[in-house]
Amino acid sequence: MSILINKHTRVMTQGMTGKVGQFHTVACKAYASGANCFVAGVNPKKAGEKFEDIPVYASVREAKEQTGATVSVIYVPPAGAAAAIDEAVEAELDLVICITEGIPVHDMLRTRYRMQGKKTLLIGPNCPGLITPDEIKIGIMPGHIHRKGRIGVVSRSGTLTYEAVGQLTALGLGQSSCVGIGGDPINGLKHLDVMRLFNDDPETDAVIMVGEIGGTDEEECARWIKANMKKPVVGFIAGVTAPPGKRMGHAGAIISGGQGGADAKLAVMEECGIHITRNPAEMGRVMQRVLKG
Amino acid sequence: MKIHEYQGKEILRQFGVPVPNGKPCFSVEEAVEAARELGGSVWVVKAQIHAGGRGKGGGVKVAKSLDEVRAAAQAILGMQLVTHQTGLEGQVVRRLLIEEGAAIAKEFYLGMVIDRAKQRVALLASSEGGMEIEEVAAHYSEKIHKVWVDPGTGLKDGEADTVARAIGVPEAALAQARTVLGGLYRAFVEKDAMLAEINPLVLTADNHLIALDAKFNFDSNALYRHPEIVAYRDLDEEDPAEIEASKFELSYISLDGDIGCLVNGAGLAMATMDIIKLYGGSPANFLDVGGGASKEKVTEAFKLMLKNPKLKSILVNIFGGIMKCDVIAEGVVAAAREVHLTVPLVVRLEGTNVDMGKKILAESGLPIISGNDMADAAEKVVAAAKGKK
Repeated sequence: MSILINKHTRVMTQGMTGKVGQFHTVACKAYASGANCFVAGVNPKKAGEKFEDIPVYASVREAKEQTGATVSVIYVPPAGAAAAIDEAVEAELDLVICITEGIPVHDMLRTRYRMQGKKTLLIGPNCPGLITPDEIKIGIMPGHIHRKGRIGVVSRSGTLTYEAVGQLTALGLGQSSCVGIGGDPINGLKHLDVMRLFNDDPETDAVIMVGEIGGTDEEECARWIKANMKKPVVGFIAGVTAPPGKRMGHAGAIISGGQGGADAKLAVMEECGIHITRNPAEMGRVMQRVLKG
Repeated sequence: MKIHEYQGKEILRQFGVPVPNGKPCFSVEEAVEAARELGGSVWVVKAQIHAGGRGKGGGVKVAKSLDEVRAAAQAILGMQLVTHQTGLEGQVVRRLLIEEGAAIAKEFYLGMVIDRAKQRVALLASSEGGMEIEEVAAHYSEKIHKVWVDPGTGLKDGEADTVARAIGVPEAALAQARTVLGGLYRAFVEKDAMLAEINPLVLTADNHLIALDAKFNFDSNALYRHPEIVAYRDLDEEDPAEIEASKFELSYISLDGDIGCLVNGAGLAMATMDIIKLYGGSPANFLDVGGGASKEKVTEAFKLMLKNPKLKSILVNIFGGIMKCDVIAEGVVAAAREVHLTVPLVVRLEGTNVDMGKKILAESGLPIISGNDMADAAEKVVAAAKGKK
């Protein structure tokens, strides 16, 4: 078991034929059951062609009808990425994972507005994607650092997620699923949504939650955890040393109007029973200690 | 991307929001000439820098004669204006805005931001104009009125009226308030703004609403479709190191400390700064080389860090995913050779091809200190920085 995706998931790739899309499609196809999972690409200009034996269709709807794919991963460049999400939502896919970094915020506001009342879930944008180790990898994370197991990982950052996963794997702690929700201010699933899924997943025993400065998602998730979570959660927040008013790489990583500071987030998380660490090198070890009781 | 007040007012004017007549000036002579052309008997001489809080720092003066305009312009142009947003060193004033004075009866605050939790544009309005909104929020949060605008309909007239009444705009000026609020919303959306403030919006003695200030911050991811906003960019207001970094698509932010960091990924870059602090050091910068760091990018990153005279040591922290550690190691070795490294360098590599990467570093003959993991690397780089003192 896992959350959101497994080896039976059928995936289409929007933006598969671009340089980035090609590179990652090859890697995803080569990972575990990838060859069975990645069944379609979408590009109206290249419909009828194939890349790595994966057929290209003119539209998301057609790709869905022809292959039964219910999940899409998007590598479309920023100017067209929100429209690509819209198309996937209109075609009523179950899940869309948008890797693209640099989508204008107002585009995402409009897209999220159009998604209201629709069945499609969105992960990202500006995220590494998600992986269920030894089954399927959808996104840009290095597959080989993962190991199958029972720890869930949810994070706003890419390489910091790899750091957490690397620490877990080195300690012999495998992962059930790892979800990168992305570093943009307007995005799809939040920490809280993913935490809910991990809470309900019988094969996840505990969760590492990696947050960063900006917004209040981590605080909201922490309060939900206090009231509902049945499993231990280890937490880290990046950006204790970040100055206010400066955008730290990620569009969403900014302390503004006195909100979104790391210390305030850590305080709320601790108060809500999350096992916090201020040392990013200790995420795995803290999890190990928590599991040993 | 931030712009100047006078540029913000140009945008507001395009969207029908009334602003005072005024002119941007770059010299004292221009300022006096501008005042003469504007006419009237009262002028306001305003320093144009990107930071807020200019009035308190002495950057805004009222003048009642052309001689007073001259004196004010002389005092403000070239001054090192220190406000709560500039840092202690302040910002040199290179531009002025000369405006006609207004007879103020009442001051309001209007702001627009993107509410991340609600995923809507939020309009904030308060009767406490002229004050810092953070201060109002902290002490009189009940005086801030909010509307989350439905992107499908835009700001509705009814919503504008409700907010205007709530902050004390008189009935006679309600129609104007609709124009102001609606114009601000359209400007915010059409120009891809992340933040907009009119503080204060004033009601004049004869019941006219005028925007006396204008502050905008635009989404840098949307600038590709706004050449008119890009044209407003003032490089004098930006950190030279950050401008240089952006040329090479490096995400760089200067900080106060003495330990340089070069990291791939924004989250890991922040975490690297944090762990340096945790081990008793102080980071000199945030630097994310991104997912596709080439040898050239790494070299430029080293050059940038080494321009900082305070620099005492450097930590390279790479978790190779797409980025292969051997490629990064080659980049680091080449860069270290090219820039003639003068401070200790600690490198921590993890991930794809890590063993090859470590071998390249070890065989380079360079005095590179290897960090086994993040904690070990942080400890070593802090010790190295202290050793140099």
